[in-house]
Amino acid sequence: MKILVLISNVPDTTTKIRFTGDNTAFDAAGVQWIINPWDELALTRAMELKEAGGVEKITVANVGEKITEATLRKALAVGADDAIRIDAPAKDAFFVASQLSKIAGDYDLILAGIEASDYNGNAVGGMLAELLDYNSVSAVSGINMDGDKFVINREIDGGSQVLSVTGPLVAIVQKGIAKEPRIPAMRGIMMARKKPLNVVEAVDAHEKTSFVNFELPPPKAACKMVDEENAKELITLLHEEAKVL
Amino acid sequence: MSILVYTENWDGKFKKLSFELVSYAAAIAKEMGLDLTALSIGNVADDELNKLGNYGASKILKVENDKFNSLDNKALSKAVVAAAENVGAKIVVFAHNNLGKALAPRVSVKLNAGLVSGVTELPSSTSPFVVKKKVFTGKAFANVKVDAENVVLTFAQNSYEIVETGGSAAVEAFDPQVGDADFSTVVNETNKITGKVLLNDAEIVVSGGRGMKSGDNWGGLEELADLLNAGMACSRPVSDEGWRSHDEHVGQTGKIIAPNLYFAFGISGAIQHLGGVSSSKVIVAINKDPEAPIFEAADYGIVGDVFKVIPQLIEGVKEM
Repeated sequence: MKILVLISNVPDTTTKIRFTGDNTAFDAAGVQWIINPWDELALTRAMELKEAGGVEKITVANVGEKITEATLRKALAVGADDAIRIDAPAKDAFFVASQLSKIAGDYDLILAGIEASDYNGNAVGGMLAELLDYNSVSAVSGINMDGDKFVINREIDGGSQVLSVTGPLVAIVQKGIAKEPRIPAMRGIMMARKKPLNVVEAVDAHEKTSFVNFELPPPKAACKMVDEENAKELITLLHEEAKVL
Repeated sequence: MSILVYTENWDGKFKKLSFELVSYAAAIAKEMGLDLTALSIGNVADDELNKLGNYGASKILKVENDKFNSLDNKALSKAVVAAAENVGAKIVVFAHNNLGKALAPRVSVKLNAGLVSGVTELPSSTSPFVVKKKVFTGKAFANVKVDAENVVLTFAQNSYEIVETGGSAAVEAFDPQVGDADFSTVVNETNKITGKVLLNDAEIVVSGGRGMKSGDNWGGLEELADLLNAGMACSRPVSDEGWRSHDEHVGQTGKIIAPNLYFAFGISGAIQHLGGVSSSKVIVAINKDPEAPIFEAADYGIVGDVFKVIPQLIEGVKEM
């Protein structure tokens, strides 16, 4: 079995968000780039499945310019066997999914994070499944193999389920899929330098959405403080002033 | 031509979210001079379906076929696409919840539509179609333009006022003609959360952080949540330590919520936590550290010991 893990290159989650060019573009100056947190968990789970046996190869792939290779190298250092970078800016989710659909056909299981922490699209995994005509399961918090089937824990609105689904499959994963993301060890970092990172030319595809501009939330008014000894006053304020109780 | 809104049901019933979603879709339909059709898949009584008319749906397509109960994403997307084609929908609207997020991307590909997920407002323009959504997990907003013939949206709960129109809807049985080969999801087990207020539905959320000190000190918060009919939540360290279940983790990598009132007890307010709660209408912070970043995001605050404050709040609520 071969697993493909989709990787999104995103700003570190502690980044102060700023925009440039009259608020038309994200200000990437001084930003540290990381593997999207959910993709990192997906890769960790893929590694665990490989260690349990039955997985011959884990490939990581992204759509991005050369600057994103550091993030792919990190994924290789965590333990992926090889990497594919499709050489184009990630214009929108449909563009990205269209690119990935050209390289994803050989894999039995494709793992995608539930969203990327930058533009929160919740889109690439489902779009890729549709383009490949594969089934997809979203909000996945656990995945195991059982012969030719995948046994999956899925969160639904108001509970959870255990499913059996046959591949090939796109699993769109969230918290719970793996406990802690794996951190690359020194040996992994050394080995990653020798692992193949294949650069693939982009195919013709059209994006369907574009950002007009960005806005930061309006600044909050100062926090109204209540004395610790008189905490009951808070309930009165919430009831009479904020009218939320 | 029409707008299609996918209205999920829970054991045959709609929720406040459903009515908010229909109100939102109806406002777009009105703006564009289109009809609004709601699609319901599952066993929902006509009385319940008719409620959607009161929020602006003029037609309801109902699909009653137990095969869809497995929530197979491929089969359900085909059903939504069939309904969209049936009513000539230019726009399809889903809730930005687990099922909506699962189906919307697939449907957008099939309909050659631009997808905008997590929208929080009515479109600022309908030609071209421009709509606002959250980005960077609530730390910013983006105005997104759709450059495609159709539009698919997922709508972020608790960002639009419910509007009753007093209208009524015609219910029509619909067969989307999805073949057996498209169903490959087998449900072995379903565990529904019962007896608790679901976090995503809760109008008030009571949340605790590292300041709760251990997994044994949550009785007071549970009592307060109970009195307020609130959902319980926690910060990431709390769920990582196993003090509370992972289902309750709110924050960037956990659940993203937008209640009317959010209580943060002993939560310092790391940027990742704020990402998950910053859309709350009112945030209340109780923390012993006056420098805690949570106070910058909060509307009301108390600097103090959570264990001294909680009993007073319980008393205050009881007296209210």
